Amino acid sequence: MGTAERKGVVVRFQGVGLRYAAGPEVLDNVSFELEDGAFHFLTGPSGAGKTTLLRLMYLAMKPTRGRITLFGDDTATVSRARLPALRRRIGVVFQDFRLLDHLSTFDNVALPLRIAGRHESEVRKHVVELLRWVGLENHLDARPQALSGGQQQLVAIARAVVGRPKLLLGDEPTGNVDDHIAIRLMHLFQEMNRLGTTVVVATHNRSLAGRIGHRRLRMEHGKLWMEHPKAPAPAKGGSGAPRPTEAPVVRL
Amino acid sequence: MFAPRSDLPLDRDPLGRFLPWLIAFMVYLAVLALAGVLVINGTAGRWERGLGGTVTVQIAPADSAEAAGVRLRAALDVLRATPEVAHAEPIPESRIAALLEPWLGEIDAALDLPLPRLIDVRLKPGGDLDAEDLAMRLAAAVPGAALDDHRVWLDRLLRLVHTVEVLAGVILALIGLVIAGTVVYATRSGLAVHLDAIEVLHLIGAQDSYVARQFADRALALSLRGGAIGLLPGVATLIGIDQLAARLQGGPLPDLALAPAHWVILAVLPIVVAVIAMLTARVTVMRNLASMF
Ligand SMILES: Nc1ncnc2c1ncn2[C@@H]1O[C@H](COP(=O)(O)OP(=O)(O)OP(=O)(O)O)[C@@H](O)[C@H]1O
Ligand SMILES: [Mg+2]
Repeated sequence: MGTAERKGVVVRFQGVGLRYAAGPEVLDNVSFELEDGAFHFLTGPSGAGKTTLLRLMYLAMKPTRGRITLFGDDTATVSRARLPALRRRIGVVFQDFRLLDHLSTFDNVALPLRIAGRHESEVRKHVVELLRWVGLENHLDARPQALSGGQQQLVAIARAVVGRPKLLLGDEPTGNVDDHIAIRLMHLFQEMNRLGTTVVVATHNRSLAGRIGHRRLRMEHGKLWMEHPKAPAPAKGGSGAPRPTEAPVVRL
Repeated sequence: MFAPRSDLPLDRDPLGRFLPWLIAFMVYLAVLALAGVLVINGTAGRWERGLGGTVTVQIAPADSAEAAGVRLRAALDVLRATPEVAHAEPIPESRIAALLEPWLGEIDAALDLPLPRLIDVRLKPGGDLDAEDLAMRLAAAVPGAALDDHRVWLDRLLRLVHTVEVLAGVILALIGLVIAGTVVYATRSGLAVHLDAIEVLHLIGAQDSYVARQFADRALALSLRGGAIGLLPGVATLIGIDQLAARLQGGPLPDLALAPAHWVILAVLPIVVAVIAMLTARVTVMRNLASMF
């Protein structure tokens, strides 16, 4: 990688651009760093590129240009065999949930643990505990089709956090639940964050993002910049603000 | 049959329902082909062992009984002086006549028909007889003596058996190819149908081998089921043939029964087929995933 890795940088984008097929650039020269233990909301209008940005972070695709570094690994050069190990450190709540619709609630949430080869008794314990916490203990055997949109979202969130990921990416993770549950889930994310997980939550819900006072990443027309909350950010370190890197964060 | 827990809804594929029946049919054919080879191979082996240790010496009829006796003794002397020969005994004239009876009718001894004399020779086991050398020494010592070591006949028989074996081998190979081809096709279409779920598994951190195991376990379970379905009628058919053959016992047909070891080999066949199917599915998934994601 050449440059010495600064300690505690979980995600680094350097001049990242992305276009789908021959379309226009959906991400335009995006550069930022996420410090270990940071918590950010990612806001912006529909079509701004929030999901696209997250997809790059959870290794669903490769950028058209630029460089992405995850946990110190350059994603362009990391071998295919190492991808699963990287991905196991990332929990994702997909915008469209992507639950496996022939699997029960329990089996869906158990997937990350089973894939990681954890013992079945351990799987049972963690999954049941988590599902009880999100209030789905009576729906362990239900298929996703038999759940409401909000319940499916809870399952998706449980699946994302069950493996205690180092990086948690939520794409509108509270879009289908009422405010009361949304706040409760935000507390779950905060709790994970407190235990050391770096969290990025994409949301349209500005009031939610405002209620929990973290610094926001804002996307518009494929460009990313940082929105300063009312209070000025601590000058250095602090709660892990994204730092502009050599390719500076573009401001509109 | 056990059904493995699967993260992918593979049991809903139409091919998943079709595969066991194809495997059943293929296993049925394979059981018959293999049983045929085993029977023929065993029979040929017995014939070879039975005939391999004997030769027959034939002496042309002489003008007089005396001359015939002299020739016979001369031939016996040559034979008994040969170290590889364990035992040489002239076949009595009465038995020769009895052997010829079906063709010539009852022979009136008074007719004094000139009959050839035969000597039954048993060889020492493990001895390496040079049949050509013996034939030459016999012909030199006794005019009109000929050696029949059954080789020509046995060689033809073995060539026939070998041809049948090769043919059966080709049939078995074709059956294996059909099974492997079907599994490749079924697995590929399964991959395409479940692309979305497989992508999710990948994004959650699944290795290719994790996905491959889902397909491999499924192929194994389906093939075992199919193999069992095919083995039963296969065995029933063999038992039926065995019964029919038993009714012909004593006739010119050789013993066609399968040995216990043969039955074991046949019972293992569906398991071999299932393992082939499993490995094929695994390799197919690994190859395709490497080029897909
Ligand atoms: N698979 C795709 N193929 C082609 N274009 C795509 C694809 N996915 C997204 N886009 C385009 O990329 C742009 C950004 O989409 P993206 O989904 O990242 O937006 P978003 O910010 O997540 O929107 P929303 O808030 O509605 O979820 C949009 O213009 C969209 O049309
Ligand atoms: Mg989106």
